[in-house]
Amino acid sequence: MKKLYLLDDAIISPLGFSTEENISAIREGKSGLQLQQKPEITENSFYAGIIDESPLNDAFKAIGYPKKYTKLEKMMLLAVQQILNKNPNLNLAETALVITTTKGNINLLKDPGNFPEIRLKLSELGQVIANFFGFVLKPIIVSNACISGGLGLAVARRLGSIGKLKNALVVGGDLVSDFVVSGFNSFQALSQEACKPYSRDRNGISLGEAAAAILVIIDKPESSRNIALIGDSTVNDANHISGPSRTGEGLYQSIQKALKEASISTTEIDFLSAHGTATIYNDEMESMAFHRSGLQNTPLHSLKGYYGHTLGASALIESIVTKHSMLKNHLYSSKNFGELGVSKSLNIIQQNGEKQINYALKTASGFGGCNLALVFKKE
Amino acid sequence: MQQDFYIKDWVKIKDGKISNSKSEIFNSSEKNLDFFLKSVYDFLELKYPKFHKMDGLSKLGILGTEILFRENSISTDTALILSNNASSLETDRQFQESTKTFASPALFVYTLPNIVLGEISIKFKLQSENAFFIAESFNAEFLKNYSESLLTSGKSSEVLCGWLNLQNGEYDVFLCLISSEINISFSEECLKNLYFAEND
Repeated sequence: MKKLYLLDDAIISPLGFSTEENISAIREGKSGLQLQQKPEITENSFYAGIIDESPLNDAFKAIGYPKKYTKLEKMMLLAVQQILNKNPNLNLAETALVITTTKGNINLLKDPGNFPEIRLKLSELGQVIANFFGFVLKPIIVSNACISGGLGLAVARRLGSIGKLKNALVVGGDLVSDFVVSGFNSFQALSQEACKPYSRDRNGISLGEAAAAILVIIDKPESSRNIALIGDSTVNDANHISGPSRTGEGLYQSIQKALKEASISTTEIDFLSAHGTATIYNDEMESMAFHRSGLQNTPLHSLKGYYGHTLGASALIESIVTKHSMLKNHLYSSKNFGELGVSKSLNIIQQNGEKQINYALKTASGFGGCNLALVFKKE
Repeated sequence: MQQDFYIKDWVKIKDGKISNSKSEIFNSSEKNLDFFLKSVYDFLELKYPKFHKMDGLSKLGILGTEILFRENSISTDTALILSNNASSLETDRQFQESTKTFASPALFVYTLPNIVLGEISIKFKLQSENAFFIAESFNAEFLKNYSESLLTSGKSSEVLCGWLNLQNGEYDVFLCLISSEINISFSEECLKNLYFAEND
């Protein structure tokens, strides 16, 4: 398998409309989560990270007419535009567009506004993004629950390895729609406080919305310091469709396979960007899988306390933040962590710090029993 | 080294007909999806209680793979690579409807297209590579490329790939089992011919 190099990136979230703004917000410990009331859905208040429409539209006016695009499209388009601005010579005729999302424009199901019904379709979302910029190749759309964003990177690497693409823009995004709020609320999975990954008093997820994009290439770039994806694996738990395996089997196997492909051992992993949704079962499952993998001493964080769970965007955003952590040798704290509340010990990052990071591991898990592990290397 | 892969077997479920690489297996004039699914379930004598709680997309996926995997021994690292156009929209609409009264957690869990991959993995004990893709229409070139990337990299020794679409009660299922055993060539052209061929 060839390596996949991670180049320019962009994050559009409540923490800011660029990667730089997002990283500095994380460094300062700011969270995009705010108290929300939706009495028509739930009598309980809950926390979620929601992007204000008005600054989004203001930012979007520089590139398009805001009323022509849905909120999610505007977020994704802004992210892609930032990358194209930095790469004016990128040949769009041979750049693959990989879109990762769980629910896309699902908010149109309840309230289509002036948009035609077809806009609900994920294939149409891909086409809208492609047409806006003039991408020629048919978009590749990954919709694989909460591992989608990271799986998009693996898909690009896999196709690149057999010579089917040279470069790609991987774009992820999801909204805090009434649809997903109702769903997670019906599961009693929404925390009434801002989510607290791995903490004893964690009590469910906080949702978040965001879009992210990253340019990835197969050929080694000329720049001196690069981050490359060198190992990737997904393994299904084959256990339960809405609950994780108690033993963390699928995640454990994903980690083992990704490390094996990268030809490195657990002890070489300097930093672990975990999933950490703050549900009782997910975090417990991760602790089992990490412990079985010998990762109990590896510094790790979950970014869900900053963003909430951004679903199909989360693993992409977290990979992008990992890239910058590696380049800067910075460890960012796992926000809202209190006292360890999983049965196996973990080394949760409690304060920002510095560390030489040569290898990092990104993991994610999702409904349907899916698990993902990505190994990144600094070169 | 260039390695060749082959279509070991395939199954098609469309317009009341089910066929595989050998013959037509089942034919029904039943227009209602649930009645059709029930008649196939009974025909196959499936006896799998979990089937009853599944949504239409997962039921179709289980029936298709059941037919394929009964005829063919499967390796435990068989990857599941499915695609469709409508994602889980059929169930999304039902869940949206439920939110008018009491949002249904039993429906919500099926509002992701990859849930069927989880159901297939559970039924056949496959702890393997999974991915679900959305496309405008059946994309033979992409399925071939992505499957080959898994097979040549050694991530999987066999791949189940195909199209599993359900919209407005209309279903279109075409699943292929890909391996290195010499059989029908795993080419874009063969995939297209099989998918577009009318059931005789």
